[in-house]
Amino acid sequence: MVLPAVASTLHVGAKRIHRTIQSGINAAKDGDTVAVDPGHYRERNLTVNKRIVLYGIGYPVLDGQNKYEIISVFTGGVTIAGFKLTHSGRSSLEDLSGIKVYNSNGVTIKNNILEDTFFGIYIQNGSKCIIINNRLKGTAVEEQQSGNGIHCWKSDNLTISGNTVSGHRDGIYFEFVQHAQIRKNVVSKNLRYGLHFMFSNDDTYAQNVFQNNGSGVSVMYSKRIKMISNRFEENWGDAAYGILLKEISDGTMEGNYFTKNTSAIYMEGANRITMKRNTFKDNGWALKIQASCMDVVLERNNFIGNTFDVGTNGSLVLNTFKNNYWDKYEGYDLNKDMIGDIPFRPVSMYSMIVEKFPAAMILFRTFITTLLDKTEKILPSLTPENLKDNEPLMRKAF
Amino acid sequence: MIRIENISKQFGKLTALHNISTSCDKGECIALIGPNGSGKTTLIKSILGMVIPDSGKILFNGLDISGNWQYREEIGYMPQIGRYPDNMNIGQVLDMMKDIRNNNRALDEDLIRGFSIDKLLNKRMRTLSGGTIQKVSAALAFLFNPKVLILDEPTAGLDPVASELFKEKIVAEKEKGKLILITSHILSDLDDLVSRIIYMQDGKLIFHKSIEQLRKDTGEERLVRSIAQVMAENYE
Amino acid sequence: MSKIIKYVIADILRNRIVIIYTLFLLASSLTVFSLEDNNSKGLLSLLNIILIVVPLVSIIFSTIYVYNSAEFIELLVSQPLKRKSIWLSIFTGLAASLSLAFLIGAGLPILIYQPSTIGITMLLSGIILSVIFVAIALLATVRTRDKAKGIGVAIMLWLYFSLLFDGFVLFLLFQFSDYPLEKAMIGISALNPIDLARILILLQLDVSAMMGYTGAVFKDFFGTCPGLLFSCVILLLWVGLPLWTSTRKFKSKDL
Repeated sequence: MVLPAVASTLHVGAKRIHRTIQSGINAAKDGDTVAVDPGHYRERNLTVNKRIVLYGIGYPVLDGQNKYEIISVFTGGVTIAGFKLTHSGRSSLEDLSGIKVYNSNGVTIKNNILEDTFFGIYIQNGSKCIIINNRLKGTAVEEQQSGNGIHCWKSDNLTISGNTVSGHRDGIYFEFVQHAQIRKNVVSKNLRYGLHFMFSNDDTYAQNVFQNNGSGVSVMYSKRIKMISNRFEENWGDAAYGILLKEISDGTMEGNYFTKNTSAIYMEGANRITMKRNTFKDNGWALKIQASCMDVVLERNNFIGNTFDVGTNGSLVLNTFKNNYWDKYEGYDLNKDMIGDIPFRPVSMYSMIVEKFPAAMILFRTFITTLLDKTEKILPSLTPENLKDNEPLMRKAF
Repeated sequence: MIRIENISKQFGKLTALHNISTSCDKGECIALIGPNGSGKTTLIKSILGMVIPDSGKILFNGLDISGNWQYREEIGYMPQIGRYPDNMNIGQVLDMMKDIRNNNRALDEDLIRGFSIDKLLNKRMRTLSGGTIQKVSAALAFLFNPKVLILDEPTAGLDPVASELFKEKIVAEKEKGKLILITSHILSDLDDLVSRIIYMQDGKLIFHKSIEQLRKDTGEERLVRSIAQVMAENYE
Repeated sequence: MSKIIKYVIADILRNRIVIIYTLFLLASSLTVFSLEDNNSKGLLSLLNIILIVVPLVSIIFSTIYVYNSAEFIELLVSQPLKRKSIWLSIFTGLAASLSLAFLIGAGLPILIYQPSTIGITMLLSGIILSVIFVAIALLATVRTRDKAKGIGVAIMLWLYFSLLFDGFVLFLLFQFSDYPLEKAMIGISALNPIDLARILILLQLDVSAMMGYTGAVFKDFFGTCPGLLFSCVILLLWVGLPLWTSTRKFKSKDL
């Protein structure tokens, strides 16, 4: 029988017993710490199969030489911190990553810098993993030949927080991930989506910044998602959104800030979504809500300086607009209760026309479209009868 | 000096000039006379190139004027109603015309002094009376010492003193061998001035003869009466 | 010719309407820039002024000016001057003074608040629109003798370019929505200088992203050198053709 070992620290470095990290790991026991000196380490593929803490002093560089996956984790309870990982291999067959976690629980990845990795941090079938304060910077140029920043598949109870992710295909990618917390990350300049959610339920993301990503954020086929106090900025492009919601139900969006997106929110097949206290400022469309959406409630949101506030493709409206502030509201408030006395119709005639005939956008900012909108305001005929805010606020909601 | 060959001009249905031919020589002072709408102004404007005849041609010193503009160097024109840019003063208008014509000939400033225009140089055009504008127009017509003077109703708005001065000027210019064309309704003004008469009616040139001939033909000494007689004949 | 231009410009610049127009532009552009919290939104608001007010004032003012100067033009015609130079001088004088009014009224604020490519595009568009509508006004006046009728024609022309034409485009879009019209739209936009100027400015403002596929097609075309050249040529044609026609007409006009 082996006695319960006392945790010890093994050093790796040019002047240490262990010249390579792999030999340090091989020598370590569960519960040990492997401390790596500064330096440039070119090792093929570090395999971590013991419950150890692997940490770098002064950001030692782990170089994948454009060939290998840099660190592979096969066991739970591992902590990896303080490394700079560069140049992972690229492959169209395997998802070569900076750090990849295989079927393990309780792995912590923190304070690392990842540059030019194919996939950055990859959790495959993990649980209770923590990814915190890492900086990921990819060099993606083309969607087909690039990987995701933080990629999570079939996992649960993950915490992803304080990371910055840029230059990948998707900044953060979730598929079949339950009960995850995504907080305070800054995700910018990724080719496709800043955040990509598929078939992932009961997740929360809060206080993140999604900026200038190819198509914004996409949340699809998921339930009970909470989206709180995020910022969606400058997702400006042909088919870009602040956030795309597709086949989503029972979600909550609160306190988010959308600015300068082509469409701040694009909703399709969304059910039972509550949207409160969000700000929509200077977007092309604040909200594109397709007729396939039901029971979406918009309450106390601010709509300021958007070209179009709401666009829709049908006349059937099963959603509720209440107590929002619309800067385009021209009504009055006789009883001074700060609620406008006549309803506001956020869908303009021109936006209906554009929805039907996208080419009509070339008449943007012409006299005739202004005239059509004014006429429609007086004699509504084309715009959906009950898409209106019966109690629009006279002042900003918050 | 000016030869008019078979010119016709139609304004819509109205025939303003009907196959007119005549010629005018230097040293003459010719009165263009006829009832309202007889085509006098149209004829003058045709000579000036302001109206373009439908057919026929006008020769100035033997050269066809159509498409030509240099010949106007030799013409001083005083319009019936002179209108000048409202915002300019008289001095600026004079300077502008001098600037535009820009020839090196000696300027004839007799009328500018005679009408005391040089004392009004700072007056804005829009503040001027009709008479003063006429004086300016007259002065401008003579200013560049042209060989031909075309005066459309020149004395209509002038006071008697100015009118007299103006007539003297016309006589003096005629003496210098210039050709002067005048239209006027005030026939009494023309009596001592003109040497020939062109009479027009309904766009047709009825006659072109010397004043002596006219007196002989009508047996009337005064132009007013001769013309009245001609008009009466033609009205029937 | 330069002499006549000089006098026409001097005459127009003393005109109260032009001064009021300049002040109006100045006041509205300063208001727009100081009210909007960001300058590019200010530019977007200014766009309406450029697309509606500039053509309107240019065409109406030029029409009235030419009719009011009828006697002055007669006077000039009776002088030893080429008719062509008289007419071109009037055009140049009007175009230069209205452009100057625009340059001072809208150009200065733009250069102060938004000295960018967008600002410059806007400035140039405003100037070329002023010039185009002077040319169109001259064509209208040379073809209509009666002043009241001429002003009516000018207003109709303005209405056509700023409203009816776009109505027609909208109608086309409805009728032929099953066909790919995007490329045809480039050609159609060339038929209206206001539309062409608007699209050039909007592309600079990067609204093209909102314009979806059409926007992409437009950006692809107008964003390239040949596309830009095409629009410049078209805009110049919009000056040249009416001017050329009106000059020909004026040469044989009875005054």
